[in-house]
Amino acid sequence: MSVKQISIFVENKPGKMFEMTEILAASKINLRGLSLAETEGFGIVRILVDDVYKATTLLKDSGYVNKISKVVLVPLPEDKPGALSEVLGILNEEKININYMYAVNGDDNMTYMVLKVNDSNAAELALEARGIHPGDQEVLTQV
Amino acid sequence: MERFFHPEIECASREEMTAIQNEKLLSQVKHVWENVPYYRKKMEEKGVTPDDIKSIDDMYKLPFLSKADLREAYPYGLLGAPLKDCVRIHSTSGTTGKRVVAFYTQDDIDLWEDCCARALTAAGATEEDVCQVSYGFGLFTGGAGLNGGSHKVGCLTIPMSSGNTERQIMFLRDLSATIICCTPSYAAYLGESMKEMGLTPDQIPLKAGIFGAEAWSEEMRHSIEETLGIKAYDIYGLTELSGPGVSFECSEQTGMHINEDHFLAEIIDPDTGEVLPEGTEGELVFTSLDKKAFPLLRYRTKDICVLSRKKCSCGRTLIKMAKPRGRSDDMLIIRGVNVFPSQIETVLLNNGYQANYQIIIDRINNTDTLDVQVEMTPEMFTDDIGEITARQKALVDGLKSMLGLKAKVTLVAPKSITRSEGKAVRVIDRRKI
Ligand SMILES: [Zn+2]
Repeated sequence: MSVKQISIFVENKPGKMFEMTEILAASKINLRGLSLAETEGFGIVRILVDDVYKATTLLKDSGYVNKISKVVLVPLPEDKPGALSEVLGILNEEKININYMYAVNGDDNMTYMVLKVNDSNAAELALEARGIHPGDQEVLTQV
Repeated sequence: MERFFHPEIECASREEMTAIQNEKLLSQVKHVWENVPYYRKKMEEKGVTPDDIKSIDDMYKLPFLSKADLREAYPYGLLGAPLKDCVRIHSTSGTTGKRVVAFYTQDDIDLWEDCCARALTAAGATEEDVCQVSYGFGLFTGGAGLNGGSHKVGCLTIPMSSGNTERQIMFLRDLSATIICCTPSYAAYLGESMKEMGLTPDQIPLKAGIFGAEAWSEEMRHSIEETLGIKAYDIYGLTELSGPGVSFECSEQTGMHINEDHFLAEIIDPDTGEVLPEGTEGELVFTSLDKKAFPLLRYRTKDICVLSRKKCSCGRTLIKMAKPRGRSDDMLIIRGVNVFPSQIETVLLNNGYQANYQIIIDRINNTDTLDVQVEMTPEMFTDDIGEITARQKALVDGLKSMLGLKAKVTLVAPKSITRSEGKAVRVIDRRKI
């Protein structure tokens, strides 16, 4: 159910992010979501793409160290204020830790929260039990 | 069973070896006195004549030669044979000042190749083996020396030279090379490239490698042995003395046996020039006992190491030298502290990184700064930024305890540090002194 996120090591130097996104764009890889965590010397770019295999192969061939990890895609209906805090409340009750999160738009015009948690399976089960259906890879690959 | 290329020399008794050395030294001093005016002048200044040298115990009376002498005497000042008797030159990479040009007669080449053949035999080479020589060929001595040695052993020799990594790996595999000779940094690079091509060590028949021409640590040895699936042997030499093969490692791997029938070794106090007793660390000094075209007496190598006559399990009685702690040329002085790049390498390998690094030294506000740039590897990368910074901090701490210095560690993209296929460029010193 969970979605594959690609984390990429980039040097914290001008132009490095651009270089990396250019490589993906040149091969028509659709970037569905992106977030950057940086320190003084380097950064980790986290991306969600439509074709994970193609993107990781391309990145590896271009000399980028990368790693795939699982993230949970939680839909946030626009007409429902407090949706995010409801989700966070559920996870908190289940003692699931959130390492980081960021937002993306799905192909279904829905806003999703991307959550990196310590236990993706437990998080998804807990959300399902409360009627919240996490998105799957399909959400990112429909064109 | 241990094999020897020259068992009667390599396993000679101490008395036999001393007798050989005494006889050769006397005739070599005479040869130099008669043929090398540059050195004769030095002897005269010291008030020494060949008659004062009766045995190797009189070595201390002879003047030293240094790299500065070699530069001053460039190109012909230390030539000991008529040019018509010389058949080849080799030359050092010359990173500072003038190059050193060394001359060889055919006999000089022969004895050098014999030394390399002893090294190859100690690494297990026989005429059944296929030996790929991936050192550079040309002015650099690496390629020519091991190539000649490999011929003497009778190996099928592949004179590959450096570069073109994919072709290197193709030959290793298709021609079933069992022995490879190259620089340790290139061996590491080959291992990395093989992995990238999806090859595992058991898919190539390689069993041993002889690696020299640059400083490398014990940790780097383990990492090369693992990635290539071989036993890695060290070899030592200087162009000034011939090239690789002045000393070589045996299966015991606790130091390198010096070919002391050709190269007489002494350890001196680098400050006073006084000869130090066996087992004391100091500067290594060599006297070439046989070479006629470039007969250096008491040449100061600047290498800091220890000599040992402890009995070796391989059966050789040749004196052993420890791996030099670093050439005093490689030694960096940062904030008054002596730093050898090999120490930094040790810390990196101990922390799970590969030996792909560059040291950048600068002086900011009158203080030396040390920046160690390390390449990120797939093994060390994780999505967890906290974990990466924790590993970075562990490196800083490791360097601090190894060097006694605070260093900055910068993680850089893979393959962003230039790899030369000969000697690795490890140090960039931007200090303007
Ligand atoms: Zn031995």
